[in-house]
Amino acid sequence: MNKTATDIANPVLDIQKIRADFPLLEREMNGKPIVFLDSAASSQKPRQVIEAMDEYYRQQHANVHRGVYQLSQEATDAFERARELVRAFINAPTDKEIIFTRGTTEGINLVASSFGRQFLREGDEVIVSHLEHHSNIVPWQLICEQQGASLRVIPVTESGEFDMAAFRELLSDRTKIVAVNHVSNALGTVNPVEEIIREAHARDIPVLLDGAQAIPHMKVDVQELDVDFYAFSGHKMLGPTGIGILYGKSKWLEAMPPYHGGGEMIHTVSFEKTTYAELPHKFEAGTPDIAGAVGLGAAVEYMMEIGPDVIGQHEHSLLEYATAQLLEIEGLKIYGTADNKAGVISFLVEDIHPYDLGTLLDKQGIAVRTGHHCAQPLMDRYGIPGTVRASFAVYNNREDVDKLVAGVKRAVNMLR
Amino acid sequence: MTINEIQDEIIGEFAFFDDWMDKYEYIIELGKDLPLINEQYKTEDHLIKGCQSLVWLHADEKDGKVQFTADSDAIITKGLIALMIRVLSDQEPADIAAADLYFINKIGLQEHLSPTRANGLLSMVKQMKMYGLALQARN
Ligand SMILES: Cc1ncc(COP(=O)(O)O)c(C=O)c1O
Repeated sequence: MNKTATDIANPVLDIQKIRADFPLLEREMNGKPIVFLDSAASSQKPRQVIEAMDEYYRQQHANVHRGVYQLSQEATDAFERARELVRAFINAPTDKEIIFTRGTTEGINLVASSFGRQFLREGDEVIVSHLEHHSNIVPWQLICEQQGASLRVIPVTESGEFDMAAFRELLSDRTKIVAVNHVSNALGTVNPVEEIIREAHARDIPVLLDGAQAIPHMKVDVQELDVDFYAFSGHKMLGPTGIGILYGKSKWLEAMPPYHGGGEMIHTVSFEKTTYAELPHKFEAGTPDIAGAVGLGAAVEYMMEIGPDVIGQHEHSLLEYATAQLLEIEGLKIYGTADNKAGVISFLVEDIHPYDLGTLLDKQGIAVRTGHHCAQPLMDRYGIPGTVRASFAVYNNREDVDKLVAGVKRAVNMLR
Repeated sequence: MTINEIQDEIIGEFAFFDDWMDKYEYIIELGKDLPLINEQYKTEDHLIKGCQSLVWLHADEKDGKVQFTADSDAIITKGLIALMIRVLSDQEPADIAAADLYFINKIGLQEHLSPTRANGLLSMVKQMKMYGLALQARN
């Protein structure tokens, strides 16, 4: 493969070396070398992650937190080491505040359910935005319905940004929590979360951030953000599926009832009264995904070694390159035109259906996502059935973008 | 022609293409040529909602045979609809209900009938067969 301009201009990031870490990128799709541009849905995994999990199962596996024997202690150490890696990665003050979940969805459901049962009452309000993934809408609808509370929605502007004036008007004494995404999966907008948090905190309202699309692409420091809850998924940040993280401030986590009941999360159990374990175990009922945690730890190490900022810069340069190239295609419209965007481009070409474009890209070996991206309210807002979305990760290069652009051109010529 | 004769004819036509893009070029042409469903039938009760694309289907009976018309908002879906209609329209209800649609596998387009595609096509085929069954029962 040829080195391209950015690869050379960016000496910190040896893209060829990085690509070589991802075994899947060697395969073909429909007889063509794969161009993987759907990392926002789920990223590929470096061999370091795959090998860490393999090694764990071969050498270290036993149930955690239970055994007196050496092997169980080793498994527990591996599991807790992963927690510590994640803590350092997002700069949480203590690993008591790092809860292993199955992913972003479970993290948000946990907060909606536990926080909601404790703090939401009839007439209270939860603020979300029009830009949310369904997983940051539906859990709140469920708890609001149960508690007699209601959902208020921050509108978005044509460029795909929060209408901050409207947000300010929504904030009131009835607001009990604000839950928004850090980066939009459908449009790539990086939302002004610092401002949201500042304004909410001025009224003592906690904020949950859905960080699923932020954490793979930028340095996230939960203390600097002063965020109350931060949820993300391992599988979008080079880690395995089935594992994710919920960060929560102790003051909230202590005050919330457990989410799931079972083993691991108890202190003592009797039929009269059960007392719960300390954080974080209070929120980790049952045998956890130990191998998943180990894999996530390896993914964190991999990202730390490259540096989240370097990853972000690389993706940003791809985003700019792709935006410029795509806009040269006649009739192509990009949805989400905020100044501050992460590596996602959502677009349509004239009235060509995203399903048609996606199908023809697939046949050219190019993996993109088509449809509503689990953000139906947002698609309705634009009056479109969905978009074609290309998203970038650390292993993408300009050649991927060139192939995408050529692929779109070819497809459009066929469909016009 | 019987349903299977038409299927074999389509398989023969697709045998000429050895490239995916050529195959799709042809499907897109079929989609563009598909006679449009009468606008009056493009209503909610004729709509089959896929997650990725929408399909409208209307059935009529004429001289003991079923006439299908359909439409979609996606052109590739429309091209595949054109093939389905070519196979199943103007056939006896009993034959439609019993049809084994093997051509779609043979021409390598079965992925569009997978439930995970959610493009409305699979539901459309089910619906066509249901019409066949219902009319067969009535006659
Ligand atoms: C912004 C956002 N939130 C939440 C989710 C849900 O993540 P998961 O399915 O890993 O729980 C996603 C994934 O698509 C997402 O992009």
